[in-house]
Amino acid sequence: MAIRVNGEDVPPPDDIRVSLLDLLREQMNLSGTKVGCNQGACGACTVLIDGRRVLSCLTLAVQADGKSVTTIEGLGTAENLHPLQAAFIEHDGFQCGYCTPGQICAAAAMLEEAAAGMPSYLTSDLTTDRIILSREEVQERMSGNLCRCGAHNGIIDAILEVAGERRP
Amino acid sequence: MSKIQNAVIGSVRTVIGWVPAGWLPGGAPDPLIERRAAIGSQASRLDGPLKVAGQARFAAEVVMERLCHAALVHSTVTRGRLARMDTQAAEAAPGVIMVVTYRNMPRVGPLPLMGMADLSAVGNSSLPILQDAQVRYNGQVVAAVIAETQDQADHAASLIQVDYEREPARTVFEEAKAHARTPASVLIEKNHVSVGNAERELISAPHSVDNVYRTPGQNHNAIELHTVTAAWEGESLVVHDTTQMVAPSASALAKLFGLKKEQVRVLSPFVGGGFGGKGLWDHQIVAVAVARMIGRPLRVTLSREGVYRIIGGRSPSEQRVAISADAAGKFSALVHTGYSVMPPYGACPEQYTMGSRALYDAGSFEIVQRHVDLDIVPNTFMRAPGEAIGTFALESAIDELAHGMGMDPIELRLHNIAERHPLSGTPFSQHALKQAFDDGARRFGWERRRTTPATRREGEWRIGMGCATGSFPYVRMPGANVSITLRSDGTATIACSAQEMGMGTATVQAQHAADRLGLPIEAITFELGDSALPAAPMAGGSSQTVSIAGAIAAGAEKLTLELLRLAGNASPVAGLRPSEVRLTAGGIASTSDPARNESYRSILARAARDAVTITAAGSAPLEMFKFAMHSSSAVFCELRVSDVTGEVRVDRLLGSFDCGTILNPKTAASQFRGGMIMGLGLALMEETLFDERSGRIMNATLADYHIPAHLDVPQIDVMWTGIPDPRSPLGARGIGEIGVTGVAAAVANAVFNATGKRVRDLPITLDKLLTE
Repeated sequence: MAIRVNGEDVPPPDDIRVSLLDLLREQMNLSGTKVGCNQGACGACTVLIDGRRVLSCLTLAVQADGKSVTTIEGLGTAENLHPLQAAFIEHDGFQCGYCTPGQICAAAAMLEEAAAGMPSYLTSDLTTDRIILSREEVQERMSGNLCRCGAHNGIIDAILEVAGERRP
Repeated sequence: MSKIQNAVIGSVRTVIGWVPAGWLPGGAPDPLIERRAAIGSQASRLDGPLKVAGQARFAAEVVMERLCHAALVHSTVTRGRLARMDTQAAEAAPGVIMVVTYRNMPRVGPLPLMGMADLSAVGNSSLPILQDAQVRYNGQVVAAVIAETQDQADHAASLIQVDYEREPARTVFEEAKAHARTPASVLIEKNHVSVGNAERELISAPHSVDNVYRTPGQNHNAIELHTVTAAWEGESLVVHDTTQMVAPSASALAKLFGLKKEQVRVLSPFVGGGFGGKGLWDHQIVAVAVARMIGRPLRVTLSREGVYRIIGGRSPSEQRVAISADAAGKFSALVHTGYSVMPPYGACPEQYTMGSRALYDAGSFEIVQRHVDLDIVPNTFMRAPGEAIGTFALESAIDELAHGMGMDPIELRLHNIAERHPLSGTPFSQHALKQAFDDGARRFGWERRRTTPATRREGEWRIGMGCATGSFPYVRMPGANVSITLRSDGTATIACSAQEMGMGTATVQAQHAADRLGLPIEAITFELGDSALPAAPMAGGSSQTVSIAGAIAAGAEKLTLELLRLAGNASPVAGLRPSEVRLTAGGIASTSDPARNESYRSILARAARDAVTITAAGSAPLEMFKFAMHSSSAVFCELRVSDVTGEVRVDRLLGSFDCGTILNPKTAASQFRGGMIMGLGLALMEETLFDERSGRIMNATLADYHIPAHLDVPQIDVMWTGIPDPRSPLGARGIGEIGVTGVAAAVANAVFNATGKRVRDLPITLDKLLTE
C-alpha cells in the first residue's frame, strides 16, 4: 500500500507511531503544514484526507495508508493560486501567515461539508440538505482553527467570497 | 531603572526643550506627508502568495545535514535543589547523543537584561541557564536531551528522574505585596509622580470613585512555537531563529559566547507571531552552547507546554484608580497606583500607569507602581504592555464616575482631555482624541445607548453599550540602519535586519521607499530578516515602522548627495544642492524647476556604474523628548449577556484611532483589528492560571488557555482620523499595539450597561456575572 500525498505515492513509515504531521513536515519536508500545539487544539496542522479535514498531529501516518492526502502545497502554489488562497490575499486574511495553510485547508473541506448538507452546531434545521453559509455558520465551522494575529474578519470574508462564487 | 537614569532623561528633556524645533528631527514635517503615491494605497501584502501557499520558510523549516534535536526537561517544583538526577536510562535510549544538565553544560554567563543603555542587551531574565543545581521557578529547564530525531529526544526526556530538595518559595501575590519594591523609574519615566495633594482632593470633591482592579497573567500564544537551529561552522555561528530582535540577538550571542559580531549570523525572515514573546530566552542559549559541544547543528523546538513553562507573559496586576471631579465634571484628582510582578532577575516593568500620565488633565496626580517579587517564570512585554491593562482600570473608573454623576461617559472624558501633556506641560505634536470620539460615536450610534443600566432586554439576553479611551505612546528607536542599492535598470533594493511577523514590514517599507525614491512600487525589493544586513532595532513599542522609515529617509538624503556627485558637471542638475532637488519619476529633479532633471538610469550610465549603494542610520529620535507624541483611540462595544448562563457575546466593536498617517489602509486595518481581538481575549477569557500552592501554571495548553476563536469575533469596524503627525517620519505613529488598549474597559463598561454589574477583575467570565 501507499499514501498518496498531493498525487504522489509514498510508502507508509516503518514506525507506526509516526504522525501524519511528522511524515509530511519532517520526513517529506512539506513544511506548508504547520505545527502549533501537537495536541489538536489549534488547527494549524489541518490537511485533507480524501477531501475531509483532519488534524494531522492527531492522525497516524499509517491511518492514511491507501488514501489521498492533500496539503496546502497540493491546493495551489504561489504562482498558481487556489481561489481560497487568492481570496485570503485580497481580504488580508492573515498577518504572520503561520496558521494560514491550516485555515485554508480547513476552509476548502468546510465548503464541501456544507455543500454535502452537513449541519453544524448553529444549523437550526438538522434535516435540511441545503446549508446556507451565513457569516455565523462559517465562523462556527472554522472555530477549530485558531489565529493569534487577529485576522479573523479577513479569513471569514475570504471564505464567504469563495462560498458565494460557488453558490449555484 | 535608576535615579541616575531619571536625572539623565530629565536633563535631555530640559535641554531639548530649549533647542528650537527646526534643529531637531521632525523640525520640518516630512515632505512625503504631502507628496505620496504608493503610501496610503490599499496594497496587498507582498509576501502574501508565499504565505498562503505554505512556501514562506519559517525557522523550524530550514533543511540541514546532520541535524539533531533536543527535548527539554522542566522543573516540577518552584524552589529547591536538584538532589539527584538519574539520566542513565535516557542516555541508553535509542538515538540519544547526549543528556545535558548543569554538570556538563558549558559555562555561559547570564544574559544582559533588556534596558535603555545597551541595545544589544535583550535578556528577559538574568538567571543562570543550566549552570547550577538551583531551581528558581516552576518550569525552569533542568536538563536537555539531544537525539537524532525529535521523537527519540522526547521519549528519552521522559526517562529522566529528578529528586528535588524543596525550599520555601514565594508564590502568593497577596503576601508578596508586603515586600514590594518601588523602582525609581519605569522604562524612561520617573516612577513616582505626585502633583498637588490628590488624597485630600478625593475627600473634599463632590464626586469621586476609588476602586481596585485586578488583571491576571496572560501568555502571548503565538501559533508558531519557539524554535531555534544553531549551526557552528568552525568558529562562526549561524542561528535560524524566530525572533523579533534579529540584530540585537546576534550582538547578544556574540558577547555571550566570546565571538566577534561578524562571526554570528541570525536569520529570521518570517516570524509566526511574536507579540513580545519572541525574544532571547533559555532555549537559544542551550542550542548554541550544546551545538558547539557536540559539533553538530542542533534544533531546539519548545513544546506548547514548554512555551508556557519558560517564556514569561504579561504580569498580573492589582491597580487602584481613584478619580474625583467637581460638579461640572472637571477632574480634581487622578490616583493610579498598584502592584505588578517583576522579579529582581527580570527586565520588564508592566507600565500600566502610562495612560494615566498622558490622557487627562487633573488638578492633582498621585501615580506610582510597585514591583512584587515572586518565584515565577520571568515576565516579559506582551502586546501593549502596561497600557492594555492600565486602560482597563483607568477607563473603567471613568465610566464608574460618569455613572455616579449621571453624566455621559464620553462627555466626561471630553471635558478632561489634556490639551498639553498633563504632567510635563509639553505640547502634543498632534492629538485628536476628541475627533476620534466624535467620529466613532456617530458611526457606532452611541446616542442609542440607554443611560440607565440593565434596561434593555431581548429574551434571555441583556444588551448594553460601553466605550473607553485607548492609548499608546509614540516610540522611534535609535540605532535603525538600512542600505539602499539603486541600480541602472531603475530598480532599488532596501535592506535591513528587521523581521516580518505579520505587521507587513516589507510591504509598507516598499511603499515608502517607492515614494521616497520616486520609483514605482514594483521596482522596489525589500530584504530583511538577517543580521548580516544593516542592523535594525528590536520590534517593540510599536516602533519598527517609523524607526525603519527614519533610516530610509536618512538614506535617501545620502543617496541624493551621492547621485549629485555622480551626475557631475554634464548633468542638467549640475550645481544644485541636495536641499534644492527631490527624487521623483525615476530620477533627480530641481524642486523649483522640475524640467531640470536627469533619470537615475542616465546618471549611472554616464558614470559607468551598474549600481550605487549607500548605508545610513536614522537620526537620533530627539522629537520624542521635544514633543509629547502620543496616540489615542475611542473604542465602542455593544454586547449581550445571558441571564441564564452569564455568557457574554460581543455583537459590535468599533475602534476610532488617532495614530497619524495611515500608510496602508489594508494592513493597518488588520493591525487594529488584531489588537482589538487580543483585547477581547483579555476582557473575556484569557488568564494564565497560576496555582499559588505549587507555583505552577495549571493551563499550559491551547485547550485550557482560551483565546478568541472565529465565533467569538464579531465584524470589527475600524476608522481613523488620519491626521499626519508633523514631527514623525511620514507623519506616522505606531499602530501595532494601541488596538489592544481600551477594549477590556469598553467591554466591562458595556457589561455594566447591560446588567448593572461592575466587574473589576479580568477576565469577565460567566461565574462573575451569575452571582447576585
